[in-house]
Amino acid sequence: MKYIDEYRNKGIVQHFAGQIKNISTKPIRLMEVCGGHTMSIQKFGLPYLLPDTVELVSGPGCPVCVTSREYIDRAVAYSRLDDVIITTYGDLIRVPGSTSTLEKEKASGADVRIVYSILDAMLIAKKNRRKKVVFLGIGFETTAPSSAAGILKARTAGLKNFFVYSAHKVMPPAMEALIDEGVNIDGYIGPGHVSTITGQGIYMNIPEKYNMGVVISGFEPVDLMQSIHMLVQQIENNDPKVEIQYTRVVKPEGNVVAQQMLEEVFEPRDDWWRGLGILKNSGLKINQKYEMHDAEKMIEVEVEPTIEPKGCICGLILRGEKKPKDCGLFGTTCTPSDPVGACMVSSEGSCHAYYLYNR
Amino acid sequence: MKEKILLGHGSGGKLSHELIDNLFAKHFSNPILNQQSDSAIIGIDASHIAYTTDSFVVDPIFFPGGNIGNLAVAGTVNDLAVSGAKPMYLSVGFIIEEGFSYDELEKIVISMADDAKKAGVTIVTGDTKVVDKGKCDKVFINTSGIGILNKQNIEISSGSDIKTGDKIIINGSIGDHGMSVMAARNELNIRTHIETDCACLNHLISDALKVSDKIKFMRDATRGGLGTVISELVSDSDFGIQIDEEKLVIHESVRGLCELLGFDPLYVANEGKVVMIVGDEDAQKVLAAIKESPFGKEASIIGEVSEYHKGMAWLTTGVGGKRIIEMLSGQQLPRIC
Repeated sequence: MKYIDEYRNKGIVQHFAGQIKNISTKPIRLMEVCGGHTMSIQKFGLPYLLPDTVELVSGPGCPVCVTSREYIDRAVAYSRLDDVIITTYGDLIRVPGSTSTLEKEKASGADVRIVYSILDAMLIAKKNRRKKVVFLGIGFETTAPSSAAGILKARTAGLKNFFVYSAHKVMPPAMEALIDEGVNIDGYIGPGHVSTITGQGIYMNIPEKYNMGVVISGFEPVDLMQSIHMLVQQIENNDPKVEIQYTRVVKPEGNVVAQQMLEEVFEPRDDWWRGLGILKNSGLKINQKYEMHDAEKMIEVEVEPTIEPKGCICGLILRGEKKPKDCGLFGTTCTPSDPVGACMVSSEGSCHAYYLYNR
Repeated sequence: MKEKILLGHGSGGKLSHELIDNLFAKHFSNPILNQQSDSAIIGIDASHIAYTTDSFVVDPIFFPGGNIGNLAVAGTVNDLAVSGAKPMYLSVGFIIEEGFSYDELEKIVISMADDAKKAGVTIVTGDTKVVDKGKCDKVFINTSGIGILNKQNIEISSGSDIKTGDKIIINGSIGDHGMSVMAARNELNIRTHIETDCACLNHLISDALKVSDKIKFMRDATRGGLGTVISELVSDSDFGIQIDEEKLVIHESVRGLCELLGFDPLYVANEGKVVMIVGDEDAQKVLAAIKESPFGKEASIIGEVSEYHKGMAWLTTGVGGKRIIEMLSGQQLPRIC
């Protein structure tokens, strides 16, 4: 595969592994805050290639995992309305809410459909004019622009029965909150896809305010090993900064058109993150101008009270304070086929990745 | 009349008889089936028989390189063959949706007849039901099969003789079938040239058994793929398995589509792949025998049984890392067979 095999080259990966071993003296912990990175690191078995001094921890980089139970409960409540069709990315349907999941609702007759793009959801809305079609907008700056584009399109097309239920979030407040709360990390492997949209500017606070480096990384083993090498170098030289390893995709200024769409449709709001609590200005709410496509505004529904699962330490895992193996439920009560916490459900969740590749 | 299958074709009346005579008996014809009695009467001279059944609901029913009929024959033939048995007789049950095309049904039946002939198995009994439109998706097929089991092969299906140092062999590339079906689904709008690997492996397997009595385990890596076979095998065992990713053959187009859709080829279904565990001393001999078969050209030794990580399967990744191979939980792909 062109453009992929080059980045899975054993020789180059081993070269970086050697370099890291050569220069690393201090024990450090590096956090990846993108579920795609977590999966890649485990899938290619990269921890095995690193010296004992370099430890990788997973942060709150899986959008499904940080989403509140309350959000799922409300989605479940929507799905129980006769005139609603729920459209969602596949990951979400198995995430446990307080008493149910979208998958269970589907089995009992709710109209829940998995889509690969918001455009598919809009097509469903076009074909089912008498139904309200709700698209579950999950994700960081990576997927939020496509939700924005969908909303803009729906408004132009007068697609009045199309709604987005937004749980979109932005990454920097979470990265800063983790440091503020004293989570033990020495550098960030910066999210490649988020940064493709935002550019590098959003991380500037981290070296300036916290004296900590960020290297925006690609997703292949060569990318990740090179990024780790860059971070180790920064730390050993005490020279924290924002660097882009993933230069073939990420531009310093990001995707300006996508940024403008986000600005047009959304406004910031304080939002709840699993494991981190409420973070200021960390969520994206559909603004007043587009509220006719905002499910929360337009579709009234009664939502059951939220109950958090007992014994689940998803929160601590998302903060990088514990590893999946530290959880009493991991691999016993909580498995991918019967998950308790969201970190086990999502294919990008750290518990799921550890379960699959590193138990 | 030849255009669509009607509810009457499953009624047991005149239309049913016409369908049986003009289609099934015509293509599957053999002395046992032709008696058209309630049961097939077959004489078997063996102390042990292997007996298996499988149902096929693949969507779409036609895909590059094959159709649901090929799967229905190969699936059951292979289940018998990997148990160390010589496949002999098959039953075939069709559940057909009202309005299904007669021509397409005939194409499927012809594929089944061809495959059965090539595999040397006889279709001796069958059944047809037609259900209301919308109650099944075009056609579902069940096949059951009987094979004769040689006494010395009885241990193969349990894998009880496996020991450290044994080699793991697979007869070629992985992931072709699952990705072929996936690409053939219209909703993805993807154009590729991935053909299913669907094949009856009984001749390949019997050739391998002829050159070695050190084949200690066989399984066809169908749903769940190679990864699932390996992890099922090691769980609760007193050995570990080490697989070398660099030794796996994964066709470029399969790798590309897997990459695009986020699938791990290790867990993508095959319909013509057998995983064998062979004593180290015979591994090269068995590999050579498999490579002689048209379905074994890309065969390779992909790993070995190890004393480390007991009860676990490990993959040495292409970049030299290590990770475990876990059983697939949930469905990676629905209705691929």
